[in-house]
Amino acid sequence: MTPNENPPAGSRKLLLAGLVVLVALLAAGLAALLVNISERKVEARVPTVRVVEITDETEDPATWGKNFPAEYDLYKKTVDMQRTKYGGSEAMPRKATEGDPRTAVSQSKIDEDPRLKTMWAGYAFAADFREERGHAYMLDDQTFTQRQVVVKQPGTCMHCHASVYVPYRKLGEGDLFKGFEKMNQMPYVEARKLVSHPVACIDCHDPKTMQLRITRPGFLEGIKALKASQGVPNYDPNVMASRQEMRAYVCGQCHVEYYFKGPEKRLVYPWAKGVDADKIMAYYDEIGFKDWVHKESGAPVLKAQHPEFETWSMGVHARSGVACADCHMPYMRVGGQKVSDHWVRSPLLNINRACQGCHKWDEKEIKARVEQIQDRFYAIRNQAMDALIALIGDIKAGKEAGRSDKELETARYLQRRAQFLLDFVEAENSTGFHAPQETMRILAESLDFSRQGQIAMRDPKFKPTVAVVAISTAPPGAPPAAAPPSK
Amino acid sequence: MPGGASLFGASALVLAALVGTAAGIGGYTFVYARGNSYMTDDPSACANCHVMQSHYDGWRRGPHHAAAVCNDCHTPSNPAAKYVIKALNGYHHSSAFTSGNYPDAIMMRPTSRAIVEAQCRNCHADMVAAMGGGDVSCIRCHESVGHLR
Repeated sequence: MTPNENPPAGSRKLLLAGLVVLVALLAAGLAALLVNISERKVEARVPTVRVVEITDETEDPATWGKNFPAEYDLYKKTVDMQRTKYGGSEAMPRKATEGDPRTAVSQSKIDEDPRLKTMWAGYAFAADFREERGHAYMLDDQTFTQRQVVVKQPGTCMHCHASVYVPYRKLGEGDLFKGFEKMNQMPYVEARKLVSHPVACIDCHDPKTMQLRITRPGFLEGIKALKASQGVPNYDPNVMASRQEMRAYVCGQCHVEYYFKGPEKRLVYPWAKGVDADKIMAYYDEIGFKDWVHKESGAPVLKAQHPEFETWSMGVHARSGVACADCHMPYMRVGGQKVSDHWVRSPLLNINRACQGCHKWDEKEIKARVEQIQDRFYAIRNQAMDALIALIGDIKAGKEAGRSDKELETARYLQRRAQFLLDFVEAENSTGFHAPQETMRILAESLDFSRQGQIAMRDPKFKPTVAVVAISTAPPGAPPAAAPPSK
Repeated sequence: MPGGASLFGASALVLAALVGTAAGIGGYTFVYARGNSYMTDDPSACANCHVMQSHYDGWRRGPHHAAAVCNDCHTPSNPAAKYVIKALNGYHHSSAFTSGNYPDAIMMRPTSRAIVEAQCRNCHADMVAAMGGGDVSCIRCHESVGHLR
């Protein structure tokens, strides 16, 4: 400022004061930036603080959570209920009753599609079947389902509806398999008293190393049988599986097709011939197993249960080495730390992390691609369902018209096949996405068996494309017709 | 006007102290944040922020690591445009990283994609010329040449 242009002393003071404030703000901003940069540098170093001792007896996930707060916080988020187009769950408010304190449940699938009640006529699923909720609800939703009221369930159910590793070992006095066998034979309500948590940290992690670990006897025996069928004897995933395989196997501990074998209610994964639907069907035929006798048609039928692991195995993601955890528990950043997202949920609710690490399309496009697969699946699923219901109607009418069991045997066997295949993809939780082509193939097979069944009802001389296997229609609980294959 | 002069002197002193402080903190921040590394072509500079570590690791394992560094593909070859883009990217990256507001699977902005496409054609001009051009994306198929995932 030259003396000639000297502004009045007052405004000069104001200008100076303004400058002082401005520069002070700049300095403060720079200091804040400096601190932020420093924080970002520190968080890149990933400190893990071990504040509590975790042992092979530490059942409570909250204790593990003290050492692994990021993972634990995410794990707790499985209480959230959010829909996708075909899956996910929404909280339906309900009044708590004496036998069922739940104030929210998910939508009823048998009300959404009453044909399911016909498919499952005479079986507990016709009484209550709801959309699955997050991991946090697995124990409550099993404890309070109406299926418990209709049929007395065995303790076997705990295998996958509770954190069971520590309880099994306690019950078996240190022996996991002994505990498993003991709990299988207990009534559900008795076994329920021995468990306290839904699936928890210890069910998948080694407490010493945090490495993934298989703790479920059903899977250990199932994968051993499967690998033996492929020429690999004495397979033990905890010793022989790669880290990436384990990222699918830990989920395959429970997200599988299964049955309860014999009066001891041993949980068995029917994989001795292979994991595809046809091989599983052949396995059940060979041992003459049925879940129940269909109330309307009298057919010895099977209930397929959430075969996510098997279906994923048939798909292109499995073929490319992409494991369950890659999409359902994708890596995320918490500070500078890379953690796998323990908020296990539909990848459609987490497209950026779940898909865009590999697929460079925008989120809308990725979602549209998935939903296109699901729309196509759902349309054919509905046709296969109609076909099956028509076949059941035909057999029922035949039965009521007084046709003999011998005359109905072929059609009933074809219903058994059509129904198992349809239920296999229906019970599967991806609406066809895990293996789109294989799922559509299964639906086509199901449709064909329903078609053949209806022909068999009209033409006694009709020869179906598959040999009719005689399955005992003795009341449930009676021993199966044939001896189970040796392991 | 001795009174006015001393007032001006005192304020100037405060201002000088503040400017000095700001410059000092700013200078230190620049050094601490390895600001000068951003003027170079050194790929490790891009991994100053840990968020780029996996891309940096991927580049080291990728087929182009012997032929091209980050800047060869992600900034224009024209030196003036290069520093404009560096400044723009620097602004986007640092504001995202400072606020923490960015997706875990980082996605390219359309401008960045256009630059990469142009740089492919710049180095591989002979081959591209033989192909006759058109609206074809190089990295749609050759997506892992830069960095493996």
